[in-house]
Amino acid sequence: MARRRMIQAINEALAEEMARDPRVILFGEDVEISVMGDTRGLRATFGPDRVRNTPICETVMTGMAVGAAAAGWRPICHMMYGNFLYTGMDAIANQAAKLRYMTGGQIKVPVVYMGVFGAGRSSAAQHSDAMHPMFMNLGGIKVVLPASPADAKGLLKSAIRDDNPVIFLQAAGRGGEAGDVPEEEYTIPLGVAEVKRPGKDVTLVAIGAMLRPAMRAADALAGEGIEAEVIDPRTLMPLDEATIVASVQRTGRLVVVDEARDACSAASHIAAVVTEAAWGALKAAPKRVTVPDVAIPYSPPLEKSLLPDPERIAAAVRATLGR
Amino acid sequence: MRTPSETNLSAEDLLGLYRRMLLIRRIEERLGEDFKRGDLPGPVHLYIGEEAVATGVCAHLTDADWIASTHRGHGHFLAKGGDPKLLVAEVYGRAGGVCRGMGGSMHVADFSKGILGANGIVGGGIGLAVGAALAAQLDRKGAVSAAFFGDGAANQGVLMEALNVSALWKLPLLLICENNGFSEFSPTGTVTVGAIADRAKPFGVPAAAVDGNDVIAVWQATNAAVRRARAGEGPSLIECRTYRLRGHVESEGSFIQERYRADEEVAAWIARDPIARLASYMDEHALAPASAREAIEAEIATIVAEAVAYATDSPYPAPDQARQFMFA
Repeated sequence: MARRRMIQAINEALAEEMARDPRVILFGEDVEISVMGDTRGLRATFGPDRVRNTPICETVMTGMAVGAAAAGWRPICHMMYGNFLYTGMDAIANQAAKLRYMTGGQIKVPVVYMGVFGAGRSSAAQHSDAMHPMFMNLGGIKVVLPASPADAKGLLKSAIRDDNPVIFLQAAGRGGEAGDVPEEEYTIPLGVAEVKRPGKDVTLVAIGAMLRPAMRAADALAGEGIEAEVIDPRTLMPLDEATIVASVQRTGRLVVVDEARDACSAASHIAAVVTEAAWGALKAAPKRVTVPDVAIPYSPPLEKSLLPDPERIAAAVRATLGR
Repeated sequence: MRTPSETNLSAEDLLGLYRRMLLIRRIEERLGEDFKRGDLPGPVHLYIGEEAVATGVCAHLTDADWIASTHRGHGHFLAKGGDPKLLVAEVYGRAGGVCRGMGGSMHVADFSKGILGANGIVGGGIGLAVGAALAAQLDRKGAVSAAFFGDGAANQGVLMEALNVSALWKLPLLLICENNGFSEFSPTGTVTVGAIADRAKPFGVPAAAVDGNDVIAVWQATNAAVRRARAGEGPSLIECRTYRLRGHVESEGSFIQERYRADEEVAAWIARDPIARLASYMDEHALAPASAREAIEAEIATIVAEAVAYATDSPYPAPDQARQFMFA
């Protein structure tokens, strides 16, 4: 194992996959200088054909990725902030997600749209959304949210090798977080959740950056004699329903932590899936810990008040146990 | 129209253009009748009157070149070498359609022929064509990519983004604007200022406005643009001024209550029909006997009949196909 920051792990995944497959290309705004650090050095290594700054033009950029993919390349379209995906939404929602389907499976559309998401840094409403639920609902797009450097690297490598469009969202402000990353070559398959901490009393599903507060909550709860099983889905489309449902079959309780707004959040979807699949095993109503249906405010105390934290998560867990 | 010596086109070339335009016309006339009869499950946007544009442009392209098309895409599909049988069966929603019935009229595509597809989003094909042009540039095999779009799409922001990035990167891109006089039901002049060709000027992109009902003019303008693109000199824009002889969509009589154009206007454009004009041109310059055109007419009648028979013989897809193709 090697210690790597999240952003270094992502950078390694990009460099390794570009070295492995000469059809992988990367473009986006300021990818040459690299605002986030994740694309640093790639231009020097792979040259101007394969690594290009684009103008600020999300509408054509997202479509260009689809066209280049249809014509045989494997583009990584770097969106910088996830909120900018909205600006390029037609090509993602109407073209990338549907081109293979509506042409009867004639082609593959291997595109990765990557960006950072989430709140916590006073970036205010237009740079802080957790937009994964709307992409889960598009149908033809895979949605990946890693929570650790090792997962980020392994999942991004799989996303680049996948023959479908993938939205890869890294938690903003977490790029500096360090973790152990295998030194040998590895990938993590899309659609496979991981049990990050075993437990018997309650299933605690934590999405993306919510893993850290969920693990802290689990630590605190352990001190009270409550053993939470913490699961990171890692991929939301496709979702590893089996792992989550199997856990709830054992624990009888579910809490889902999601940084998305409550309505139609991934937490809402997971709660619905589990309620249908494990109704007989449930000892309490599933609980969702999400962001209220408001935009993300700028001022730190306001922003903090909205985001799930270990205390809110622990309180939700206790509630499912009637405590 | 010009004299033959100015065109670089032989009598055989001209007959080829004539044949292609007539194929599009006859297939679409048939689809129009089929729609009226209630045989088609979905909406169709016919290209009748605009055939010279797709034909004059695609005459320069091979299967290795790319096109992205519009909701009015049958003509582009056929001009680029798409199979009429597969097209008609697709519009009929049958399993034997080019997209197995998954896309219908607005999504006919054949990637093996370089057809990225018709597109239900106005301007939606432009980004795809830019991407294919990027792919062509990286492949270094001299392929080009053409985006067909209408005057309506010229008002979408994506055109400005495409002009900028394709000029910046010198992409082998042809931006082919089919100015057919209408953005759906709004006459172009009521929703558009200036000349669309002029929109290329600030980007240093060569642009031409040509008579889009003159297939030779379209052919010549495209010839220059394709040479430039294949030579690595970057994109061009060609505004083809044409006219949509049919409505926006064949079903419009059921929901549009007001007339939005005068009969005289339509009649004036019928008089400029691109197919009849090419026939007169060939007659005037004694380039091909009328019998050659008659033979083409007969050949196409057979193609149309065979395409419709293929479509109606083809079964509907099995319902479980609706759950296929979402992911590779």
